Amino acid sequence: MNNKQKTINLKINGEFYEFEIGEKDWQIRPHHTLSHTLREILNLTGTKISCDDGACGACTVIMDGKAVLSCLILTVECDGKEITTIEGLKDPKTGELDLLQKKFIEHNAFQCGFCTPGMIMSSKALLEKTQHPTEEEIKEALSGNFCRCISYYQVIKAVKAALNERR
Amino acid sequence: MAEMFSYIGKPIPRKDSKDIVTGEIKYLDDLKFQNLLYGKVLRSPHAHAKIKKVNKEKALNLKGVKAILTWEDIPDFRGGTPRIVRVLDNKVRYVGDAVALVAATSSEIAEEALNLIEVEYEVLPAVFDIDSALKPGAPALYDEYPDNILPGGTIIYGPNCLKGVTRGDVEKGFREADVITEGTFGYENIPNALPPETVGAIALWEEPNKVTLWATTQAPYMDKVTLFHVFNRQLDIRSIGVHCGGSFGTKIMCWQVQSYAILLSMATKRPVKVVFTKEEHMANFTLRLSSRINAKVGMKKDGTLTAISGTWYVDTGYYSFTTQAQVAIGSGELMIMAQCPNWDLKNYVVVTNRNASGSIRGFGGQELKCSFIPLLCLAMEKAGLDPFEVLKKNFVKPQGGYYWRDGNWYNFRGIDFSKAMEEGAKRFGWKEKWKGWLKPTAINGNKHRGIGVGVHGNADIGEDTAEAYVQLNYNKTATLFICAVEHGTGQKTNLAKMVAEVLKIHPDNIRLTPADTLVTPFEFGPVGSRGTYAIGSAAINAAEDARQKLLEFAAPKLGAKPEELDTKDGVIFVKNDPKKSISWRAIGNDRTILGFGRFEPDYTMCNCMMTFVEVEVDVETGKIDIIRIVNTTDVGQVIDPLGLEGQLNACLGSAGIDSAIFEETVLDKRTGHILNANLIDYKWRTTAELPEIENVVLETPFPSHRFHAVGVGEIATSPGPSAILMAVSNAIGRWIYEYPITPDKILKALGKISSNKFDTHSNEAFKAMGR
Ligand code: FES
Ligand code: FES
Repeated sequence: MNNKQKTINLKINGEFYEFEIGEKDWQIRPHHTLSHTLREILNLTGTKISCDDGACGACTVIMDGKAVLSCLILTVECDGKEITTIEGLKDPKTGELDLLQKKFIEHNAFQCGFCTPGMIMSSKALLEKTQHPTEEEIKEALSGNFCRCISYYQVIKAVKAALNERR
Repeated sequence: MAEMFSYIGKPIPRKDSKDIVTGEIKYLDDLKFQNLLYGKVLRSPHAHAKIKKVNKEKALNLKGVKAILTWEDIPDFRGGTPRIVRVLDNKVRYVGDAVALVAATSSEIAEEALNLIEVEYEVLPAVFDIDSALKPGAPALYDEYPDNILPGGTIIYGPNCLKGVTRGDVEKGFREADVITEGTFGYENIPNALPPETVGAIALWEEPNKVTLWATTQAPYMDKVTLFHVFNRQLDIRSIGVHCGGSFGTKIMCWQVQSYAILLSMATKRPVKVVFTKEEHMANFTLRLSSRINAKVGMKKDGTLTAISGTWYVDTGYYSFTTQAQVAIGSGELMIMAQCPNWDLKNYVVVTNRNASGSIRGFGGQELKCSFIPLLCLAMEKAGLDPFEVLKKNFVKPQGGYYWRDGNWYNFRGIDFSKAMEEGAKRFGWKEKWKGWLKPTAINGNKHRGIGVGVHGNADIGEDTAEAYVQLNYNKTATLFICAVEHGTGQKTNLAKMVAEVLKIHPDNIRLTPADTLVTPFEFGPVGSRGTYAIGSAAINAAEDARQKLLEFAAPKLGAKPEELDTKDGVIFVKNDPKKSISWRAIGNDRTILGFGRFEPDYTMCNCMMTFVEVEVDVETGKIDIIRIVNTTDVGQVIDPLGLEGQLNACLGSAGIDSAIFEETVLDKRTGHILNANLIDYKWRTTAELPEIENVVLETPFPSHRFHAVGVGEIATSPGPSAILMAVSNAIGRWIYEYPITPDKILKALGKISSNKFDTHSNEAFKAMGR
């Protein structure tokens, strides 16, 4: 964003948004994080905030194909970006769930579910960029996602099941 | 498995699973309100101080600020056990104690207002641990308790609440012992259960005395009860549970944040949301109890316990909400794992100037056991006994018993867990691996392996009352009215499965009401492992009552007696002549068939979990890796296999096993500040380092409810930490007593780095014992 720019454009879950930048209630303030904009302005509350500090992965979304922490990114920096949140994974027309979402359900890969959107988005980013990740690569990709309920084991099973089915 | 069920024991997806994986499920902070204000708390920078003066003027002039409250603005509302903790006081008792509450139109403005409030303090001397709090002449946190010791017992466990264990004749017991060991051992690292969702509440106050409350709670009905007393029995509270982002027992302690939201809503006549930041969550909300025992144990050569005596010191931080209850449960739990005829175990609940400890999974028992088992280890070593055999031998058996929380003795009528323990030992390979005390199982260069075992059991599976209604509907569905929030265990789906099994309709056709005290009858909350037996019984009883009423309604229409009828898939039929039938449609849309179910507490049974661990210690770096964990239990009947697996894998999380090796809350004992109140500095387990976990689950029917099941989830975290201590000691050939075993402690024990003055009391105890 350059200083003169008064609007930014984003594509979120397939839809285009244009935001004004400013200090009014409906505007994006320069200090607003992407997670804040998603949750408070767009009501996409599936993206969770836990630490709000870049440490736990609860706020993970996919930006231009990469898993990113939306609590660490300022919305004003996202001009021209394409973002997918947990709400954007299912088929918008049929409502059919993404393969990963189905496998998370089948393997009961959550307990309280608070970390789950972040877990799924990190897994999704991995599956998009890697054809045949090893178990080590899966663990590595998820190592920034805090799951205090220790659903890790079931998450890893779910991700592997999704990989197997994709093959 | 004796009985065949249609839904019980089958892996049926959780009712909320689709909403969880799509992000549609709503947690507290996801709820939207019109006209909402945001509340923030001004917190004390001092560990102990009197508030001399507060100047709110500048803050009140900030645009968007709607209310600021200090102790001077509110009546004398109090909570805690005993009820001595004011919601806002003229004294602060720990770094972070609430000084003022602000409500504003945005959280940024509220935050800014906090900086504009001017507070003048008179700083007082503070105490940060048990030793300094109990020193004669130590500064007192509460005028009511000048010695910093809180009275024992809690009102909700009745007038004879268990306050310690006295039984038999300990002198005689020690005379009969072949080995006696004695010493001081602690579990004082106050780890944090740390649910991912922080803590908060939204309140809406309405004239003249009505409050509606949404909260990050585990137990909405009990919140209503607690707050009723906090607000001097003047408020009519409707408490609504919201899907809870993890609790692990902690979120039954939300009365303070709830009170803040209520007070700010009263002051502004608008809905107010107070949600703690993660830093507040970690520095100003429930930690584990700090536990230390000074005790003596007598044992015969064959592992029979003859006497246990001593004192248990529990540091609860600046106040207690559940600590006396945890002392009661913890003491009873010790009796369950250490069957012994002679006891004299006292305790003191001590207050110190730090953030409060309280309810966490393990609820006193984990804390006591983590301190006690190291002492027992010394006795087992002296007697040359295999710890697996000793723990198995001393765990309560059908002819045994224990004192429980109400102070009464209970003869145990559960099952013998030895079979589960033996099966676990077999799968772990205990017999092959056990080489004796302080002997590694294997050495490979710098890497030394060792094994350990721990055990825990809790008679809370049938504690507290629960009530439910089941309504049958003419469209062949049923509605379960119950005040239960989902907090991760899959409880709501499990209850639906139980009701479905009774009514013989699919769980998809069972709907649950929200947990709303205006709608549902009383339910205590899913504390301990009471979900399956206690809460489950209420749901089952309600379903059975509704079913009976349905059959009575249908009987005249089918020309049969109710007992000659059955119902399945929404059809009522004559058992001997199934062609004679009518559909549930006959109920009609103008009739309600409503069953009521209640569960009365039953303390005669407990659950059990034994955990085996294998660790690898790098004797050069001091790093510990957990290689393998085997949890073994017997649950009577599995309700949901995948949910159960998750609960057992959770042995690593929520201040469980990892509290033995890296989890701790670091308190600066000079200033009272917590140094690692964030998710970067507080260490937690990631996917990058996952040990292998195997869960062994037996199903020996319990005399509980009609599905013969008992809950077990709560206790998964509890047997592990002391097992790790044992395993690490065995791996390196030296006793280690202090949690967490960070690398420096390994290297010190091995003499590779020098000990310094920060050495622990346990090492001193060690020296005192001449080892
Ligand atoms: S909330 Fe963004 S990383 Fe924790
Ligand atoms: S499911 Fe609760 S934190 Fe992961």
